[in-house]
Amino acid sequence: MTKHRQVVIIGAGPAGVRAAETLVQEGVQPIVLDEGALWGGQIYRQPLPSGKFKRSKRTLYGFEWAKADHLHQTMARLQPLVDYRPETVVWNVEEKSLDVLSKGELERVPFTHLIIASGATDRILPLPGWTLPGCFTMGGAQIALKAYGCAIGRKVVFAGTGPLLYLVAYQYAKAGAHVVAVLDTSDWSRQRAAVPRLLHLPGVFAKGLYYLAALRRRGVRVERNVRLLGLEGQESVEGIRWTYRNAKPGTEENIQQLECDAVGIGYGLRPETQLADVARCRFVYSERDRCWIPETDAAGRTSVAGIYVAGDGASIAGADAAELAGKRAGLAVLHDLDVIAAQHDALHTMQEINRKLDRITRFREGIEHAFPMPEGISTDWPDDLTICRCEEVSAGTLRTCIQAGGITEINRLKAVTRVGMGRCQGRMCGTAATVLMSDELGLPLKEVGRLRAQAPIKPLPAFCQSTKSTPSSSV
Amino acid sequence: MQADSVARAGQFVRVAEQDRQHLHFMLDGEDVTGLAGDTVLIAILACRPAVRRSDFSAMPRAGFCLMGACQDCWIWNEEGRRIRACTTPLQAGMRLLTAPPSIPIAHD
Amino acid sequence: MTDLSDFDVLIIGGGLVGCSAALFLSRRGMKVVVVEKGYCGAQASGVNYGGVRCQGRPIEQLPLALRARALWDNLPALIGTDGELIISGHLKLGRREEDLASLEAWGQMASAFGIQTSMIGGTTFRSRYPWLGSRVCGGSLCPTDGHANPRLIAFAFSRAAAAAGATLLEQTHLDTIHFDGTRFIAEAGGRTLRATWCINSAGAWANAVAQNFQESVPLETMYPNMWVTEPMPRFITHNLGVEGGGFYARQVDRGNCIIGGGMAQGDGNFAQPSSEVTNRVMAEARSILPALKGALVIRSWSGVEGKTPDKNPIIGASRTTPQLFHAFGFSGGGFLLAPGVGDLLAEWICTGSTSTPIHAFSISRFDRQQEEEACTQ
Repeated sequence: MTKHRQVVIIGAGPAGVRAAETLVQEGVQPIVLDEGALWGGQIYRQPLPSGKFKRSKRTLYGFEWAKADHLHQTMARLQPLVDYRPETVVWNVEEKSLDVLSKGELERVPFTHLIIASGATDRILPLPGWTLPGCFTMGGAQIALKAYGCAIGRKVVFAGTGPLLYLVAYQYAKAGAHVVAVLDTSDWSRQRAAVPRLLHLPGVFAKGLYYLAALRRRGVRVERNVRLLGLEGQESVEGIRWTYRNAKPGTEENIQQLECDAVGIGYGLRPETQLADVARCRFVYSERDRCWIPETDAAGRTSVAGIYVAGDGASIAGADAAELAGKRAGLAVLHDLDVIAAQHDALHTMQEINRKLDRITRFREGIEHAFPMPEGISTDWPDDLTICRCEEVSAGTLRTCIQAGGITEINRLKAVTRVGMGRCQGRMCGTAATVLMSDELGLPLKEVGRLRAQAPIKPLPAFCQSTKSTPSSSV
Repeated sequence: MQADSVARAGQFVRVAEQDRQHLHFMLDGEDVTGLAGDTVLIAILACRPAVRRSDFSAMPRAGFCLMGACQDCWIWNEEGRRIRACTTPLQAGMRLLTAPPSIPIAHD
Repeated sequence: MTDLSDFDVLIIGGGLVGCSAALFLSRRGMKVVVVEKGYCGAQASGVNYGGVRCQGRPIEQLPLALRARALWDNLPALIGTDGELIISGHLKLGRREEDLASLEAWGQMASAFGIQTSMIGGTTFRSRYPWLGSRVCGGSLCPTDGHANPRLIAFAFSRAAAAAGATLLEQTHLDTIHFDGTRFIAEAGGRTLRATWCINSAGAWANAVAQNFQESVPLETMYPNMWVTEPMPRFITHNLGVEGGGFYARQVDRGNCIIGGGMAQGDGNFAQPSSEVTNRVMAEARSILPALKGALVIRSWSGVEGKTPDKNPIIGASRTTPQLFHAFGFSGGGFLLAPGVGDLLAEWICTGSTSTPIHAFSISRFDRQQEEEACTQ
């Protein structure tokens, strides 16, 4: 007698695709729900076929092109055996059932086992002028080029920190866009100190050095130890002002200005954990990620039976780790379905995966040390700085509320000031709001709590209707 | 006309893949062109400096993340339906608005 | 050795009722402590729909409602903010002619209490409200009703109570409480609290407190389902309800439309909105407010609320224990009433009685019912 089962995977990036592959290999046919138009996620995002784009994968993905291609081909081969649904937004998780929006129709997708491979977005800290046209996330700047052949402007500055900073700047310069400067808020001495850990993945480390050298060769100005002051411009970005971290604060000394019409900002990545949150998974604070992530066991199982997480949507570790974690989650599901039982092979594979993931984790610790979120950065934020761009809530509003007393937790701050209450549910302002709260109260970031997600986790057009349940299959 | 096109210059610059099929669509009642494979956001920002005005300060906005996370690029079509520009593929004949259509209210 | 503190009044539950009682008692010179297991005003008080309305209440609630309504006009002086109160009027809509008849009947009853309403229908209704769909055919407008922001109000009352001298113990569970013949002795958060008077304003959890004093009421939990749109151009001019219930909507100054209807789900402590209910009521909402088709729903929520069989609250003296007052079970209609209830409790404790008739809310009314039911068996 076959027990009813329906495995659903959310996300078709590296983690989601490898999870699907692992399941199909053992005869399980999952549903794969992808918000994008075509599999690949963000890092291996594919241009839309309707555009008949010509650039090679080498051009699009650089050093990673073979991995990207392999992932794409894998998912293409899996197609007859997976129920792949693109342009499908999962906006809620209830008991064993997903609420989705697919091509304007509301549907419910029941599941017995759910792998959330929802990926990540840029970790953002604001600066004056960041809501102006011309200022985009670093990941967004990369998508514009990779998927659409566009540069975000005529004279582009990249500012913030993280390995993506150098990668995107390099990709832009290589594509012929005018990159004015790379402004890294991190300290060169920290990057030097991180080298031993970065050498856990010597190949990746080497690529980082390559990008830096290539930028220098192309005459792109690279600055470190940067303290960003703000973007200039009335209706769009016209310039960027900054200084060095060791300059005397409050003086005009050493203030730099660069003319530009576009800025890509970012400070690493943050995981998209809203679905795990509405599914009532327990969360733990990650010192390395400097944020709350779903609690998992060594295979990616969350605290809710039947729900697993994998990839950057669980914890930031990059595409290679995501592929491994996706495979591992697939194995965990197969084990829990009694498809592979306690086979020696599967156990051995899991151990092998975890060994590789441990090495990547050491590397990531190096990355976080080399490119940390700037400490005490909220002291740079003037009171009139917009923290929450959806609701246009300023730093001053938050400070006034916190100083008035009685608010020591981020959801309370949200309730009273509206920070995080807008369309993006705090994706773009959550880091900044908690950092500000932590700095104002003198509490560790962990102590101020985490912004809770609420269904729909992404805005739902109110005209969408109809609820028809997907006929469940016993496979 | 020259002054017009300068004032209306797009934020984005096409640096590659310009040789694609042209798609005509309407933006705020004007005839504009994008390329096949564009999203609505890419097509608009290729020829305009912004995609909407913010709800409270009415300052211009041009989206932010390009991946459906920041929710900053929601616009409308002429039927009054909401469209998230960065995740909606451009189709020929779309009729788009960067400001909400008005709602009938009584004027006693 | 535990901390020992003496108070005049111990208030169990830091919602709007508890905090307004704490404020009014403190202003009258009483030493007050509020014990709240979470954050003050974070439960039903802070997540409710936000209607500030007299229209539609049963006759027995009207004197209390009017007392409360007068306080709402005085918010800035009381709590330092207007809590985004808008006197928008409450328009209670009818789907059918019979609904209009019952709305008119309520209006006539309420006029005896000085509450003005006016009926609108026909072509006047259509021309004044072109944004209302054909699903509704008319309504009753109560111009003195309105709506406010519950998150701000509940929080502001707690801050005002603290500023007036009340001690607020948040994140503090009440472990034990008993009456020793003279006063109440409670253990909470590692402290021993002693108080002459006690108010049970523990909301959906108040029955456990009542049972501790050998009282019990048929209190159930309800989880109202609500959601909100993105900011939209202003078009909804009144706080809206529908005769027969099931739908309510208001638009705030910033443009968001807050809509509610139906019941969500929960486990007694935690509420979760129901997407099925939201979708179903949204279909109704689109037919009443067609402009919503152009909106984005950005958030849904629910809350844990206590409900009684007759949907009237329990307000009054304990049957079993001297110096104990109950004030809970507001069944979804507590937002307007709460400041009035706090004020009334302060009056009662300080003067020995209250002028506002509340015998309809007596805790013993369910005993009588249960006794009668037992007799007929």
